[in-house]
Amino acid sequence: MAGQVQNKNDKRKTLARQSAVVRFAGDSGDGMQLAGTQFTDTSAIVGNDIATLPDYPAEIRAPAGTVAGVSGFQINFASEDIYTPGDKVDSLIAMNPAALKAHLPEVKHEGIVVVNETEFNKTNLKKAGYPADYNPLDDDDFLDNYQVYAVPITRLNQESLKETGMGAKDIGRCKNMFALGIIYWLYDRPLETTIKYITSYFTDKKGKPEVAEANIKSLKSGYYFGETAEMFTERYQINRADITPGLYRKVVGNEATAMGLVTASRLSKRDLVYCSYPITPASTVLHALAGMRHYGVKTFQAEDEIAAVCAAIGVSYAGGMGVTGTSGPGLALKSEAIGLAVMTELPLVIVNVQRGGPSTGLPTKTEQSDLLQALWGRNGDCPVAIIAPKSPADCFDTAIEASRIAMEHMIPVIILTDGYIANGSEPWPIPKADDLEPINIQSLPPIDEENKFEPYKRLDEKLARPWASPGNKGYEHRIGGLEKEYDTGNVSYDPDNHQKMTRVRQEKIERIADVVPPLEPHGDMSGDLLVLGWGGTFGAIHTAVERARGKGLSVSSAHLRYLNPMPSNLGDVIKRYKRVLVPELNTGQLRLLVRSKYLVDARGLNKVQGKPFLVEEIEQAIDLMLVDGFGDHEYLMPRNHKVRGDRHAYDFESNEGRAK
Amino acid sequence: MSQALPVLKAKDFASDQDVRWCPGCGDYAILNQVKKTLAKIGAQKESTVFVAGIGCSSRFPYYMGTYGVHSIHGRAPAIATGVKITNPELDVWVVTGDGDALSIGGNHLMHVLRRNVNLKILLFNNRIYGLTKGQYSPTSEIGKRSPSSPMGSIDPPLTPISIALAAEASFVARAVDVDKGLGEVLERAAAHEGSAFVEIYQDCNVFNHGEYSHATDKDTKEDNVLRLVDGEPLLFGKDKDKGIVFTDAKPEVVTVGKGGITLSDIAVHDESDATLAYALGRLRHPDFPEPMGVFRSVQGNRYEEQLLKQVTDAQESRGVGSLDDLFNTGDVYTIEEKNGTHQLHD
Repeated sequence: MAGQVQNKNDKRKTLARQSAVVRFAGDSGDGMQLAGTQFTDTSAIVGNDIATLPDYPAEIRAPAGTVAGVSGFQINFASEDIYTPGDKVDSLIAMNPAALKAHLPEVKHEGIVVVNETEFNKTNLKKAGYPADYNPLDDDDFLDNYQVYAVPITRLNQESLKETGMGAKDIGRCKNMFALGIIYWLYDRPLETTIKYITSYFTDKKGKPEVAEANIKSLKSGYYFGETAEMFTERYQINRADITPGLYRKVVGNEATAMGLVTASRLSKRDLVYCSYPITPASTVLHALAGMRHYGVKTFQAEDEIAAVCAAIGVSYAGGMGVTGTSGPGLALKSEAIGLAVMTELPLVIVNVQRGGPSTGLPTKTEQSDLLQALWGRNGDCPVAIIAPKSPADCFDTAIEASRIAMEHMIPVIILTDGYIANGSEPWPIPKADDLEPINIQSLPPIDEENKFEPYKRLDEKLARPWASPGNKGYEHRIGGLEKEYDTGNVSYDPDNHQKMTRVRQEKIERIADVVPPLEPHGDMSGDLLVLGWGGTFGAIHTAVERARGKGLSVSSAHLRYLNPMPSNLGDVIKRYKRVLVPELNTGQLRLLVRSKYLVDARGLNKVQGKPFLVEEIEQAIDLMLVDGFGDHEYLMPRNHKVRGDRHAYDFESNEGRAK
Repeated sequence: MSQALPVLKAKDFASDQDVRWCPGCGDYAILNQVKKTLAKIGAQKESTVFVAGIGCSSRFPYYMGTYGVHSIHGRAPAIATGVKITNPELDVWVVTGDGDALSIGGNHLMHVLRRNVNLKILLFNNRIYGLTKGQYSPTSEIGKRSPSSPMGSIDPPLTPISIALAAEASFVARAVDVDKGLGEVLERAAAHEGSAFVEIYQDCNVFNHGEYSHATDKDTKEDNVLRLVDGEPLLFGKDKDKGIVFTDAKPEVVTVGKGGITLSDIAVHDESDATLAYALGRLRHPDFPEPMGVFRSVQGNRYEEQLLKQVTDAQESRGVGSLDDLFNTGDVYTIEEKNGTHQLHD
C-alpha cells in the first residue's frame, strides 16, 4: 500500500515557511471552488491565518477548456497575521491548459506549477488558444522558470477508481480531490477535515456513500502519490499563527452579513424580513437567510429589485426589520424607493455587494464604484447613512452597526460591501451573544386627549421620529412621499417647512457622527504620507503600509468604516500629513469627497480591473508619493502591477498610461 | 378576548384632513362606500392599513383615519406585501389606479395576485391620467384624444379583469363608483381569504367625464350591466329578460321567450370557473352588457400564512435557534495557547 511508505526513509526536506499562496484553477465544472474551500477549512483548523479569493466566470458553464471558462480559487495561509489573499502565487494547480494560460502570469518566478498532464492534448491546447504545435510542457523557457510538475491527474485518478464500477464521468468528477490530495501532501496538511466534509455531504446529506468513498479514495490517492512519487523534492510546512486563543470558525463575507442581520434582529427584538431579488454577487446573502427560518427569519424573493426594496419598506412600516440586498444595478433600480424611506424616515438597511460596472459590467468581479451612487444616486437632497466592512468577518459587525443606526436613528443605511469580501473568507473569532450590545429603539411617546400623536415629532437629540407601527391604538397616522410638515407629518407645501425638513434630514445623518468613533490612523499621528482607504481594500493598504514602515518610511494608514457621515476628526487627521494617497477600486470617488470636503490635494491610486489591489501595487504608489517633485497627476493602474504616475492620457494600444 | 371591540361608524374612519379631489369626482363615492364597509365588517382603525401608489386615487390613505402609506408610483402592492408578511393580523388594503396598477406597476400587480397575499386591491379605473392632466392611460380606448395623443391614441387598451385572471387571482370583481353593487363587492372582497382584486369604474369628472354613463345612467344602466350572482343565470335588463348564452364558447345576447330561448338556455354563473370568468371579462359595451360583481372567487393558500408556517415548522423540527447556535454552526475550532493543539469540534 502506498500509504505504508512512510516518511522515515524519506530523504526529502520539509521547509518551514511563514506563508504560502496556493491557487487552484480549472474548468468551471472541475470543482476548483470546492477544492479551494476544503484547503481553506483545513488550514484554518490547523491554526493558520487565512484569506481567500475565489475567482469565477460570469457564465455558470462557459465552453469547457476555454480561458473564459476557467474558475480559480486562491488562498493565502500563514503563521503570521495576513490581510490579503496574497499578490503572487507560490503554487498553482492547473487542471487544464486554459487554466495554466489564465493563471501563470500571477505565479512567482520559480514557483510551483502542478499541471494535469492528461489534459494537455492537442484539442485542449487549441481550445486554450495556444499556438498550433505548441505545448507549454515542451517549452524550456516555461520549464526553466518554474518548478513544473506534470502529473497525469485524470489518468491516475481513473486508475485509482477503476474498481469502483463507477462510470467515467463520475470518476472524472473526483479528480479535484486527487489534486487536493497532492497539495495536502505538499503543504503537510491533515486529511481529516475534508474526509469529514465528504462523508457528511455525500453519505449523510445525499445518501450516496459510494460517492463519498470514491472521493475519499481520490483524495488519499493524490496524497499518497505526493508521498510516494519521487517527483517533489521538498515539501513545506506553515506553522500555526499566533492567533488569540479562543473559538473560531471560517466565515465567508456574505455569510457573515447574513449572520449580522439575524443578530441585529435579535438585539433589536424586531423580526427580520429580508427582501431581495437574485443578483450576483449578493444572492448568497438571500440563500443564507432563506436557510435560517428556525431563527425566525422570513425571506421574500421579490419579482424585481424595486419590489424588494418596497417590500422592505413595508416591513419597516409594519414594525419589522426591513432589509434589502442587491448589487450596483439593483441599487440603481431601488433609488426612488430609498428616497421614500428617507422621506418617511423609516429604518431600512440596504446591503449593496458592489461589482464591476457600469451597467451589467463585470458581475462576478469586484469594484468599489458605487460610493457616489450610494451617496447621491437619488432625486432631491436625499441623504442616507453609508458604512462599509473592511474584510469578510467584518461584514458581521458592519451589518449589526448598519441595523443599529437604521433603527435607532430612523433612517435608511446602505452597507457597501463588495464581491471580493463577499466571497472571500477568513477566521472569525466567535462572539458570545450575551456580550453584544442591545439595539435600543425609542418607545412611543404617551398620548391622551390633549396630546394627540404626532408622527414627525422628534424624540431625542438624534432627531429620530417615533416608530409607530400599525396595531398601536391611538397612533394611527399616514405617511408618504410628499413633503411632511415638521411635527404633525401632514402633507405640507409650505416653503419654509420644506427648507426646514430638508435640513432635518441632513442633520439626522450628521448627528450620527456623534456616535461614530474618531478615526485613528495606524502608524504615526503625523508624517509624510497618509494612505486613506475604505471598504475591502483595507487588507492590501494595511499590509503595504506595514511594509513601507518596515523600510523606515514615514507612512501611516487610515481606514474609513463610516462613509456618511465621516468621522468628525477626519479633516484634522488628514491635515497632519504632508501628502494623502487614496487607493480605490474606482476612478477616485472617495478622493473626490475628501478633496471637496477638506480641500486637501489627495492623490489617487485607481484600479478598475475587477480584481483587488495587490500589496505591491500600493507599495509602489507609496514610493512614488514620497518621491519629491510629484506632479499633478494621479497614479494610474496599468498592467503588470506597475504603478505609473501618468494620469491624463491612456495609450489604448499598449494599455499603458502616457504623460501628457 | 377580554374586551369587546368598539363598534365604529363610517364617519369614525375619516381622518382630520380635508378631502381634495375635484368636485364631482367618483372617488368621493368610493371613499364613502369604503368607510361604510369598514364599519359594517367591524374593522378597527389601528389594525387597518391603506397603502396607495401615486395618482388621484392614491391620495386615498390621507382621508382615512387608519394607518396608511401614500407611497411611490406603482409600488403599493410590494409595500403592502411587506406590511402583510410582517404582521399577518393587519387588514391591508391597496388603493391604485389604471396607470398606477397596470402601467408603471403592472409587474407588482401580477405578482401580488399570483402569490395570493391576503390584500384587498381596489383599482380605480377612470381610463385617464388625471393627476398629470389628462393623458391617455393603459385602459383608454384606441383613438383617445388627449394632450399626449392629439391624433388619437394608437395603444390597444388592457382589460383589468383579464390581467387579474391571468395572474391567477383568487378573487376578481368589478363595480361602479356610484352603483349600489359597490358595497356588496367590497364586503365580499373584505371577507375573501386571499388577494381580492376589485376593478371600480370611476368617473373622472374633469378629464374623462361620462366614460361610464352607460353603466350609471338610470334609464339605460340595467340594459348595459350584467349583475353576476353565483349559481344564477346570466340575466340582465330592466325586466331581467335578456341573457347570455355561449354557443361554441362564443357569447351571444338573447331574450328569454324569443326565438325559442328559455331560461334553461341561459348560461349560469359559477365563481369557481376561471374560463367562464375570463369570457365574462371580455364582454364589453356596446355589444354586450358589462358584468358587475364577483367574476371569480376560489380558495387558495395565503402567502403570508405559508411563510409564517415555514418559520414555525422549521422551529418545530429544528428548535428555535439561538444566536449562540447560529454563531457556532459549521466547522468550529479552538485555538489553544501557542504550542497547544488545535481541536475540531463536532
